[in-house]
Amino acid sequence: MGKFDNRAGRRLVAGIPLFWLLLFFLIPFIIVLKISFSEVRLAMPPYAPLLQWVQGWPSPKLHLGNYGFLFTDPLYISSYLYSLKVAAVSTLCCLLIGYPMAYAISHASPTWRTVLLMMIVLPFWTSFLLRVYAWIGLLKNNGVINNILMYFGIIHEPLSMLQSDFAVYIGIVYSYLPFMILPLYANLEKHDNTLLEAAADLGATPMTGFFRITLPQSIAGIIAGSLLVFIPAVGEYVVPSLLGRTDQLMIGRVLSDEFFENRDWPVASAVAILILLALVIPIMLFQHFQRRELEAQE
Amino acid sequence: MTSRGVFSRTALVFGLVFLYVPILSMIVFSFNNSRLVTVWDAAHSPTLKWYGELLSNGQIVGAAWLSIRIALVSATGAVILGTLTGVALARFGPFRGRTLLSGMTTAPIVMPEVITGLSLLLMFVALEQFIGWPKGSGALTITLSHITFCMAYVTVVVQSRLVGFDESLEEAAMDLGARPATVFFRVTLPLIVPAILSGWLLAFTLSWDDLVITQFVAGPGSSTLPMVIFSKVRLGVSPDVNALATIMVLLVTIGIVTSAVWMRYQNRRRERDEQLAAAANL
Amino acid sequence: MSAQLQVDAPAAASREQGAPAAFVRIEHVTKKFGEFAAVDDVSLDIQQGEIFCLLGGSGSGKTTLLRMLAGFETPTTGKIYIDGQDMSTIPPYERRINMMFQSYALFPHMTVEKNVAFGLEQEKLGKSEIRTRVADILEIVKMSSFTARKPHQLSGGQRQRVALARALVKRPKLLLLDEPLAALDRKLREHTQFELINIQKRLGVTFIVVTHDQEEAMTLSTRMGVMNHGKIAQVGTPAAIYESPATKFVADFIGSVNMFEGRVMVPGTGRIESDELGCTVVVDRKLNCAGGSTVWTAVRPEKINMSRSLEDASGPRENLVRGTVKEIAYMGDVSIYLVQIDSGKTVRVTLPNIMRDAEHRITRDETVYLSWHGSSPVVLTE
Repeated sequence: MGKFDNRAGRRLVAGIPLFWLLLFFLIPFIIVLKISFSEVRLAMPPYAPLLQWVQGWPSPKLHLGNYGFLFTDPLYISSYLYSLKVAAVSTLCCLLIGYPMAYAISHASPTWRTVLLMMIVLPFWTSFLLRVYAWIGLLKNNGVINNILMYFGIIHEPLSMLQSDFAVYIGIVYSYLPFMILPLYANLEKHDNTLLEAAADLGATPMTGFFRITLPQSIAGIIAGSLLVFIPAVGEYVVPSLLGRTDQLMIGRVLSDEFFENRDWPVASAVAILILLALVIPIMLFQHFQRRELEAQE
Repeated sequence: MTSRGVFSRTALVFGLVFLYVPILSMIVFSFNNSRLVTVWDAAHSPTLKWYGELLSNGQIVGAAWLSIRIALVSATGAVILGTLTGVALARFGPFRGRTLLSGMTTAPIVMPEVITGLSLLLMFVALEQFIGWPKGSGALTITLSHITFCMAYVTVVVQSRLVGFDESLEEAAMDLGARPATVFFRVTLPLIVPAILSGWLLAFTLSWDDLVITQFVAGPGSSTLPMVIFSKVRLGVSPDVNALATIMVLLVTIGIVTSAVWMRYQNRRRERDEQLAAAANL
Repeated sequence: MSAQLQVDAPAAASREQGAPAAFVRIEHVTKKFGEFAAVDDVSLDIQQGEIFCLLGGSGSGKTTLLRMLAGFETPTTGKIYIDGQDMSTIPPYERRINMMFQSYALFPHMTVEKNVAFGLEQEKLGKSEIRTRVADILEIVKMSSFTARKPHQLSGGQRQRVALARALVKRPKLLLLDEPLAALDRKLREHTQFELINIQKRLGVTFIVVTHDQEEAMTLSTRMGVMNHGKIAQVGTPAAIYESPATKFVADFIGSVNMFEGRVMVPGTGRIESDELGCTVVVDRKLNCAGGSTVWTAVRPEKINMSRSLEDASGPRENLVRGTVKEIAYMGDVSIYLVQIDSGKTVRVTLPNIMRDAEHRITRDETVYLSWHGSSPVVLTE
């Protein structure tokens, strides 16, 4: 809006959200960090006070036991690795399914494109929780899939599909698919199709055209979509709770259990910090790509 | 059609089937008389009895009502804060705190909800210890939390609308004597209303549907609809949940189709006007 | 002008000596974006009531200069005075200047009437006064019957007129126009050029026009400034710039020109030895420069006489070369001939098609003689 905005006005417009987010987003993380270093107490709130006063000076009391606990207990380590694995595999599946879909939509006629986008987006607007629930009905032992397979005599015993890795993959891929398709579509839609025509004119097969022209140009969309799926999937709670294994928990479930079941807020905080550490780089990558995308539009 | 065309179209069809079969199955079985949901009771189905049970279930209806109220306030708050942020990031150039603001608005979009939820609750507890507010958890803490994570989405929508906006319109307004605030309210804002509206709807849906963050910051006595549903479905399938799902899908479909038809109508009218003007010439 | 080699010193562009205090004074203005200088030490005076055109290619800095006048950019160094007032601290919404944008920038959600009234509303005028003034200006631009339309319901030419009305209704002292005719088709462009001139005369507003189109600049302006790489190459009336370009750049930029390198062997004479031409060029003035110095002779294509025989040649005997016609472009009113002369260089000659029938016209591969008067060339050192 020009270089002559009055200072006070600008301060207000930028300052209000800045203040809000500092208070409700940034400072909370600092508090989590602090509590991860504190000891659990049988009190309300169930952790040792934030600052100890020693001879008139505030002195933070750092208790590293929570982290030590996490690093030595195999339950936690395996949950981390399991979560990272599940998130990575789910992201890959989302990509393999979502990319061709986004591609097809971007090459459809304008009317179809609107309809198809609406169809992709419609599930997104209905409840996440309910859509995961739907898979319970499909996957359980007397659920739809088993009933159909048994009806046609393909199997005689119901397949145990719930409470498994398979169910979790399906649940995550199913819920996060629109998040992969939309950034990919946004990217693919901007491609100049005359480039492909030029390639065909020079003798390239359609597959070559795809791998050497379309794919490289869509890398930004691939990365954006993948981050949009991977990062939240690591800490996913609902899908593993409803569909996942009981013998191997994902880290989001671990955090929640520590908090709600064990009332061990410090350990829950430590878990959160360690998840954050693993995700810091992907989150920064995501922010970088968001910024680039907006700048490209200017 | 090229080979890649065939391949991608097949994938599209399978993908759409994959997306819709679960939803359709939920809808179909909402009319199933059997309490086992997925075992079709042909003798007594289809039936609307689960809808009746749903709507007379005080706990569910109360929770739905609470969710709506929270979502209305959260969406509005998120839109106000998100628009302010979007304007600041899209129009202000570099300023102190810009990177921080920009970072804090993209992070919540991808941050796992367990982390956001935990941190918000710890924050509220510490705040209460410190200054005595907010007193306990409840609708207020839920609303504040929802506003916080929803505003990030609104910011992205508004910011990308503003970035693609023709700045010469704002310059023309300034050139004609309008001060920056007038420029925003009389020129910019009217033209980004669709973006703000879709931001509001997005925020409403995210708030209404939120489970994890809400579980952390809700207290005893405030149960939102997702919380009620979750505790039900942890124990297994439940036919009234199917009925609820059907209602929701119906509402969303009506909403989406209406808005698409409306936009199409607007575009058609606009195109016709432009053609008439060009034909008249000079 | 009897100045020999440089009509105006281009680097220190132009300040009219002894002219009345300029309405717009641009003093040593530089605008840098990072290390890149979009506008480089430009000084310019523009008088009240002029139509002044800034002409240049893309990247010449003309649009940046215009935006600084409007207030959307601030100069890195230098000052801008408008009607005696220093503009450094004055934001765009407080300047008595209005701008017509290249894209017109009409507010899409407002009717024509509200668009035009917008500027007056910012001045907090009364409703009836606003209505009257809006009606008057729409009358002048001939858009009175379109008041209730929205911009997307108007054609390109109509939108342009509304944009003009919106800018003029505030009675600014100065109107800035950014490529005003670029979006219009040819016929409309010619018509609008004259309309703009009429309106300007009628209202007495000073116009500063930015354009990349020479024809537009030549038609519209009372004076023009040619810009190149952020600097002013030359300022003057269209005729002065066309007939007496100050530098090779200006000579080449405006219209077409034939440029030949040569040396002044004997100072104080009007003789130039040119190997490129393969003859001695005789001009009708004395050239004051050191002996042996290199100069360039610029001759416009329409000033060269082309004849089949030596007898029909014009000008001094020395201004004569022989050549063969290689290409002809028939343009209707004139024909353009590319003639390869004995030295190997190609000369461009424009002749009006006086004869209707093709018989008498010179054809390809014919041998011809090119000649010109002593007054025709312009001699340049840079």
